[in-house]
Amino acid sequence: MSLLEIRNLQVKYGAITALKGVSISVEPGQIVTMIGANGAGKSTLLRAVSGLIKACAGNVVFEGVDITNLPAHRVVALGISHAPEGRMIFANLSVRENLEMGAYPRANKGEIGHDLERVFSLFPRLKERFKQSGGTLSGGEQQMLAIGRAMMARPRMLLLDEPSLGIGPILVKAIFETIVEINRELGMTILLVEQNAHQALKIAQYGYVLETGHIALEGSAGDIARNEQIRKAYLGEA
Amino acid sequence: MSELLQQIINGISLGSIYALIALGYTMIYGILRFINFAHGDVFMVGAFIGFYLAPRIKALFGGSLLIATPVVFLIAMIGCSLLGVTIEKLAYRPLRPQPKLTVLITAIGVSLFLEFGGQLVFGPDPKLFPTLIPSSTVINTQNLVVGSNSIAVIVTALVLMLLLRFVVYNTKIGTAMRAVSYNHRAASLMGINIDTVISFTFVLGSSLAAAAAILYASVYPSINPLMGIFPGLKAFVAAVLGGIGNLAGAALGGLIIGLTETFVVGYISPTFRDAIAFSILILILLFKPSGIMGKDEPEKV
Repeated sequence: MSLLEIRNLQVKYGAITALKGVSISVEPGQIVTMIGANGAGKSTLLRAVSGLIKACAGNVVFEGVDITNLPAHRVVALGISHAPEGRMIFANLSVRENLEMGAYPRANKGEIGHDLERVFSLFPRLKERFKQSGGTLSGGEQQMLAIGRAMMARPRMLLLDEPSLGIGPILVKAIFETIVEINRELGMTILLVEQNAHQALKIAQYGYVLETGHIALEGSAGDIARNEQIRKAYLGEA
Repeated sequence: MSELLQQIINGISLGSIYALIALGYTMIYGILRFINFAHGDVFMVGAFIGFYLAPRIKALFGGSLLIATPVVFLIAMIGCSLLGVTIEKLAYRPLRPQPKLTVLITAIGVSLFLEFGGQLVFGPDPKLFPTLIPSSTVINTQNLVVGSNSIAVIVTALVLMLLLRFVVYNTKIGTAMRAVSYNHRAASLMGINIDTVISFTFVLGSSLAAAAAILYASVYPSINPLMGIFPGLKAFVAAVLGGIGNLAGAALGGLIIGLTETFVVGYISPTFRDAIAFSILILILLFKPSGIMGKDEPEKV
């Protein structure tokens, strides 16, 4: 059984249809990437899964349970965490408090402390910035915090929205390596939305190409990376 | 000299009551970005709960104020919390997706409803608030008279403010409040139920208003259903003066308004008692609209 199954999902913003019937499935343990141009609907898809926006048709099924249009706070409790577009760090809270908020639905303090240490071992920079307010972090540090904060719910599935956006190439490489580590070591399944198709296809097992609200292509990450049209459109090759 | 000291003590006492009310305005603004104009009337209801309850509770504890007074405080705070949460659920929550102006006008409607509903239920004539805090004189020198009630007001307000500070900065729900005040969507992605946090904010704000009401009525014991209007408006000015949305600012603003009012009444003329707060409002809106401790941030779109 797939961990996440999206069937014929449609989302509208007023009169504009952002998703025109998207179906994808994510197998447990995988990194699946969703690539596509700006405005293709990638972030919309993640928002519809995590409950930030309502779908007008179709279903989202997680671990066999229909979670379509559940409020966001209940989706988190079921095991899906979303590190959203723009990171949405609480600038008025300290790094520590940001991470603690990530674990909001959980009660076991011992386990939360253990996970906090785990986030710090993945992102040592956050440990140095422990007491600083989230608003004082650099873009890259904020991205680490957004991923770390999403991990703090101990989700079975992580939705990552453009972790490479606005970050220098060296840091992008490091963050992608960490994403692989989170997937392999902690067994979290990852749905990664990216414009940086090159990097994303390198770490993913499976990929989807989203074009103006519908899936244009899907396949193993290797096949997509070798596809002629994709190389021209997304990987910057002539 | 001692007259000055006298005015300062009176001013701090009045100011700490304004501060307690102002904290409610500022917290609700912080979470929902609108001014809850019914807040002053929740304060009024707190005074009436105290009025009807105090004789019964006092009788229950054989006239011992040491137990009866905290019990009256507690019940009034619970009563006003329920009222605040109900107002939010029935009047404000259904309008949350609407423009803020809609909610603001609704808040004025709720305020009028409570003021005139109060006249219907409690009667429009002023009532004498029973003694809950004995007003014996603690310090009495040549020119300085300090009553036990002004000391009780200052101490109670201080304790409540420290308690609030602890809740907001050192507990999980308090951290969630600050997260929600920063960004509702991000907070909901953390698994925070926004509605619960908003209700909790109304519980905090309304119970502080109830406590303020009993303190206020212990100093100015004539109560009536319109009594919330001026303390409410002045506390609103205090919240704006301190920087709306900022807790420390609301406390500071309350003290400044209380002190200024007392000084103006004492040294200039009691005629200006109510005018001074609004003069301050005009000045602050002209010269530093973000308030003393507020940050100058562009309106979020």
